[in-house]
Amino acid sequence: MTERELRGLIEAVRKGSITRRQFVGTMLGVGIAAPIAGQLLMHAGIAQAQPASTYKGTKRGGGGALKVLWWQGATLLNPHFATGTKDQDGSRIFYEPLAGWDTEGNLIPVLAAETPTPANGGVSRDGKSITWKLKRDVQWHDGKPFTSADVVFNWEYAADPATSAVTIGSYKDVVATAVDAYTVRVDYKKASPFWADPFVGTRGMLIPKHLFEAYKGAKSRDAPNNLKPVGTGPYKFDSFTPGDMVRGTLNANYHMPNRPFFDTIEMKGGGDAVSAARAVLQTGEFDYAWNLQVEDEILAKLEQGGKGRVVIIPGGDIEFIQFNFTDPWNEVDGERASIKSKHPLFTDPAVREAMNLLIDRDSVQKFIYGRTGIATANFVNNPPKYRSPNNKFEFNVDKANQVLETAGWKKGSDGIREKGGKKLKVVYQTSVNQPRQKAQAIVKQAAQKAGIDIELKTVTASVFFSSDFANPDVYTKLFCDMQMYTTTMTQPDPEIFMNQYVSWEISSKANKWQGRNVTRWTSDEYDKAYRDAEGELDPVKRTALFIKMNDLVIQNRVIVPLVSRPRVRASNLKLKVPESGWDSDFWALQDWYRDA
Amino acid sequence: MVAPVRRAATVSLTQDIWRRFKRHRLALFGAVILLVIIAGVAIGPWLWTVPINEIDFNARLKPPSWQHPFGTDDLGQDLFSRMLYGGRISIAVGLAAMTIAIVVGTIIGAIAGMSRGLVDTFLMWLTDLFLSLPQLPLLLLIIYLFRDSLKKIVGAETGVFIMIVVVIGGFRWMPVARLVRAQFLSLREKEFVEAARALGASRLRQVARHILPNALGPVIVAGTIDVAAAIIAESTLSFLGLGFPPDIPTWGRVLFDAKDYLDTSPYWALFPGTLIFLTVLSINYIGDGLRDALDPRRVL
Repeated sequence: MTERELRGLIEAVRKGSITRRQFVGTMLGVGIAAPIAGQLLMHAGIAQAQPASTYKGTKRGGGGALKVLWWQGATLLNPHFATGTKDQDGSRIFYEPLAGWDTEGNLIPVLAAETPTPANGGVSRDGKSITWKLKRDVQWHDGKPFTSADVVFNWEYAADPATSAVTIGSYKDVVATAVDAYTVRVDYKKASPFWADPFVGTRGMLIPKHLFEAYKGAKSRDAPNNLKPVGTGPYKFDSFTPGDMVRGTLNANYHMPNRPFFDTIEMKGGGDAVSAARAVLQTGEFDYAWNLQVEDEILAKLEQGGKGRVVIIPGGDIEFIQFNFTDPWNEVDGERASIKSKHPLFTDPAVREAMNLLIDRDSVQKFIYGRTGIATANFVNNPPKYRSPNNKFEFNVDKANQVLETAGWKKGSDGIREKGGKKLKVVYQTSVNQPRQKAQAIVKQAAQKAGIDIELKTVTASVFFSSDFANPDVYTKLFCDMQMYTTTMTQPDPEIFMNQYVSWEISSKANKWQGRNVTRWTSDEYDKAYRDAEGELDPVKRTALFIKMNDLVIQNRVIVPLVSRPRVRASNLKLKVPESGWDSDFWALQDWYRDA
Repeated sequence: MVAPVRRAATVSLTQDIWRRFKRHRLALFGAVILLVIIAGVAIGPWLWTVPINEIDFNARLKPPSWQHPFGTDDLGQDLFSRMLYGGRISIAVGLAAMTIAIVVGTIIGAIAGMSRGLVDTFLMWLTDLFLSLPQLPLLLLIIYLFRDSLKKIVGAETGVFIMIVVVIGGFRWMPVARLVRAQFLSLREKEFVEAARALGASRLRQVARHILPNALGPVIVAGTIDVAAAIIAESTLSFLGLGFPPDIPTWGRVLFDAKDYLDTSPYWALFPGTLIFLTVLSINYIGDGLRDALDPRRVL
């Protein structure tokens, strides 16, 4: 479905010629989930109901103790100093942002009264300022009211370089002003289609002005409340042992009715991923465990314990194969894989097309990743509204042979195809990692049947992913023909994620191989679409642009996506957890609930 | 005491060594096992023609059967043919690396042991230096520096083979050198060497004819231990992504791949483990037997 068709339909709903329900039905037909269709309407200024909460509790408290296991425990509880998700999650028990991200990438208000939209005047026409309306009945745990002064203080605190907050990147380029006691305006330097970064999600948790005001700047690390949080969250601080245990008790004045369900929360740290999975799935000692980087076969075995289930939370991370568009084996101007060179084999689209047909994604999912890696044909997989409906994947050795044959690559006496004296021999590298080596073997074998000889190469992860530009084996150099790794998408907006293919991000000697465009593929069409998306304030147009970029990359076979890699957690069978792949695990802690 | 005096007078030195070696039951047994393994990996791939990398998801993790005598791994690849193919590489790496370690170690140890003063001191400094070098970073460096250029000259697999053998051998000669030097220091003062010197034997002849044969015992034992260490070291390098490509099933590699499946498919780890164990043990026993057989002072 093109942008124009989409827009036509939305217009039809606005005029009343089709109903909301008909619109959602049509969207479902083209593979766009109902909430997303609803969001498209919302962005277009057509009102919708708030997504219904799944919370079923009827009164505050009475749920007993909630015991969760983070095999890396929180080490401090100030969200502005949180390094890594463990600290963000520990802080999120007590502190809250203005809004959080649900699993579909929708912005859900927490301390804000409503999500800013162009319709409610929250988003200015030029896209340069956002106005947040705050909830009026919120109290800090010590009884002081929560007001716009607190929000503005968090901006001052984090943006001050002397504070050395890790969240500084989200705050240093904006200006926050209190309009009145319950309204805050955030001004951006340029039009920002993706404005929901400061005060939102893991980087947006708010600390109280009255307790931290004296510790802004150089004294920031001396604040006693860095280890004794006083927030607005569903649980009040009880005790904290860094790296080991965070305890909280129910907040009787919490700003959402009938919440939270549990009387106490215990967040235990330590151990490893497998023992954490065992404690929830097999023995049932804990209710929830975080980040289970364990092979699916082992998880499935533990699940037979019958106490818990594995929770798979979709996200944007993707395991994919990149083709090199420059020549990695010869130097041009003293630089390997120089942008001035052309790859001897992969510049032929037929070779890339054949490789795309030779990668058995179904088997990679079924026999290697299981539930922890879902075979995909797209680069952008989540949030679902950005997922292109236009791509399919296929594994077909005969077709690959045919494609190569037609393009003039003939089999030699050794079974390897060649054309114009160039043999189809490539080097395929990845990091040392059991599942990756298995995927390499699967690809190599299929390629062999099509007359492509693949030499496998592995690089130890600490080298492969390092930023040591003196080493020829770091992944950003791509000094081989093709490589495979997982690229992570940290925000529900694909803007930063998609700069991996723009021409000004090409990884080269000039930028010490820090550029994000590793394949060194360039396309004016892609560059233009990206530039347009950067300044495009209309979410529907912007979505269409990102889908177009995804399709350009996929259909030109710049890369081959293998599996999308969701977050993996374990939860007690009776525990109900609103999960999100775009925010802290505790983003909706107030809604955690246990069935009787 | 068993050997009659009249025969002892007629046998040559080699025959005598063989006679002494045969007495060592375990050494003989080890030699037979090693020969069987070597013959197996040398001839086996011609007789058992199942490809080593045929992926068959319908035959994943199958226990040993007539179709797959050693079972299959998690991609359904036949472990028997993989063992046979990988054995060639593992044994070749082990023996070649051992040879390098022994040759280099013996030469350096012998020179140090025979010369006094500066040369000896310098060579022992060198040995100490090598012993105290952090091996892993150095390995990384060597491999990054030379991998691609070597690959260009001799091709991917041979290049990696040469590099691994040189690297492993090049880091294991130091104990041999010290052993040899110690032996030389004591032997060169012995009466029979003095006698040879008095008869006008050149230094080279003293070393080759009189000292070295008497110093060989410990060297051979050290060498046999090196074979085992080299097989294991090769798998360590593979684990770091520095050894052979991951699809080449050396024994160490297969063992490493199998470790996560020990509880469900123990045979996968048992076969390579047993083969490494048998190879190493038989080489050790052979070394033991050879030392006894080569020691002229020992009466058998």
